[in-house]
Amino acid sequence: MTPMFDIRDVSKSFVLHNQGSAVIPVMAEASLQVAKGECVALTGESGAGKSTLMRMLYGNYLASAGSIRVGETELVGAQPREVLALRREVLGYVSQFLRVVPRVPTRDVVADPLLALGHDPQETRARAEEMLARLRIPERLWALSPTTFSGGEQQRVNIARGFVHSYPALLLDEPTASLDPVNRETVLCLIEEAKARGAAIVGIFHDAEARARVADREIDVTGFTPERAA
Amino acid sequence: MTPILDVRNLSKNYGRNIGCMDVNFSLYPGEVIGIVGESGSGKSTLLGCMAGHLRPSAGEVLFDTRAEGPRDVLRMSEPERRMLARTDWAFVHQNPRDGLRMTVSAGGNVGERLMAVGARHYGDIRAQAVDWLGRVEISDARIDDRPSTFSGGMQQRLQIARNLVTGPRLVFMDEPTGGLDVSVQARLLDLLRALVRDMGLSAVIVTHDLAVVRLLADRLMVMKSGRVVETGLTDQVLDDPQHAYTQLLVSSVLQV
Repeated sequence: MTPMFDIRDVSKSFVLHNQGSAVIPVMAEASLQVAKGECVALTGESGAGKSTLMRMLYGNYLASAGSIRVGETELVGAQPREVLALRREVLGYVSQFLRVVPRVPTRDVVADPLLALGHDPQETRARAEEMLARLRIPERLWALSPTTFSGGEQQRVNIARGFVHSYPALLLDEPTASLDPVNRETVLCLIEEAKARGAAIVGIFHDAEARARVADREIDVTGFTPERAA
Repeated sequence: MTPILDVRNLSKNYGRNIGCMDVNFSLYPGEVIGIVGESGSGKSTLLGCMAGHLRPSAGEVLFDTRAEGPRDVLRMSEPERRMLARTDWAFVHQNPRDGLRMTVSAGGNVGERLMAVGARHYGDIRAQAVDWLGRVEISDARIDDRPSTFSGGMQQRLQIARNLVTGPRLVFMDEPTGGLDVSVQARLLDLLRALVRDMGLSAVIVTHDLAVVRLLADRLMVMKSGRVVETGLTDQVLDDPQHAYTQLLVSSVLQV
């Protein structure tokens, strides 16, 4: 079976043009395959490159070399249009930060990925409300913008948005951070359900118990750290 | 899929000075492209050349017309181009006074565009004007007031209503949120995003506000000294800028 994520010999360096053109190699020869229905946890110390790898998988950072395939799309060298289509249909991302247009009601923020796919607005709204209810966002907040919500509430809005469409591939950046035990349990169930329907997941989980429960494998990204050149 | 707009080797010189140089890009239906760069980088010159306000020195601007497919707008006759500007195109100026008729009522400003494309039934025109004023959150109690009695933010929303009432397919925007206070900016951003989605608009947005393009644009072009120095997916260009100038631009933004 072809893997959902297929990463081969990926390297990445940052060139800081305005700081003496310093070249900072951050990743070398990273390879990783994630099958459908599988969850892989990225581990390694802070600064080891977990987020960098996640961002490359999302097309947010450009890889310097190698190949990153997600589903049918090769991200290295892809046109913006192809990356947008991939993100719309195939690849979901739950980040730690909520970035939204101010004033847009929470219900619409969560419905957004389905509307972008052209789903019926009525059904979409119902589905968004279902997700919000499941993540215990009180109904009186649904018509308000999430920009003024607490950290934990914003995180749950982000999760609702990331799971509202059944993405075949998911990137999760600390999905259970800043959640109370009840909501944490809900999120872990959502992840398990996503795996059961065949989604391939790459995640960063600092919560060791959560990681042990949902991840099938752990990959220590320290192994992808470039040799420090003298 | 045919691009709605295909810009090829577009250049504009002001005497010996470069306005913009060798600009190439394609815009697909439903896509929003942001053009960013400092003042004087050629953003507005480029926009003016595409929209037919300025005469380029060289290049082609192919627009996918409804009737005949892609045609070079620079080779169209003046009446043809004007017709396009009234129907399939819209242009939102930075200063609403440049896009509105200040001595005509708000309803008249919206209705006028409809009349220019042949609407004659007064009741229908007024009903559509009321509908559009509502969409841009202007109370219909203000329909008979002149825009000169409106606040800057209201004028900008009225300009957007006037431009979009005819159902254009392509919108050019020059700093649409410039000069507005932040709460009004947020309201406009919300409005523009909804319109882009609901009407399937394609848009070219010139701005120096990186927060605005992050929320509105799918793709970015970064300009410096008249040339495009970097292009790509909006969040990729902002989070992993490759060109020295883009890195400077992104790192110069003050955090709030």
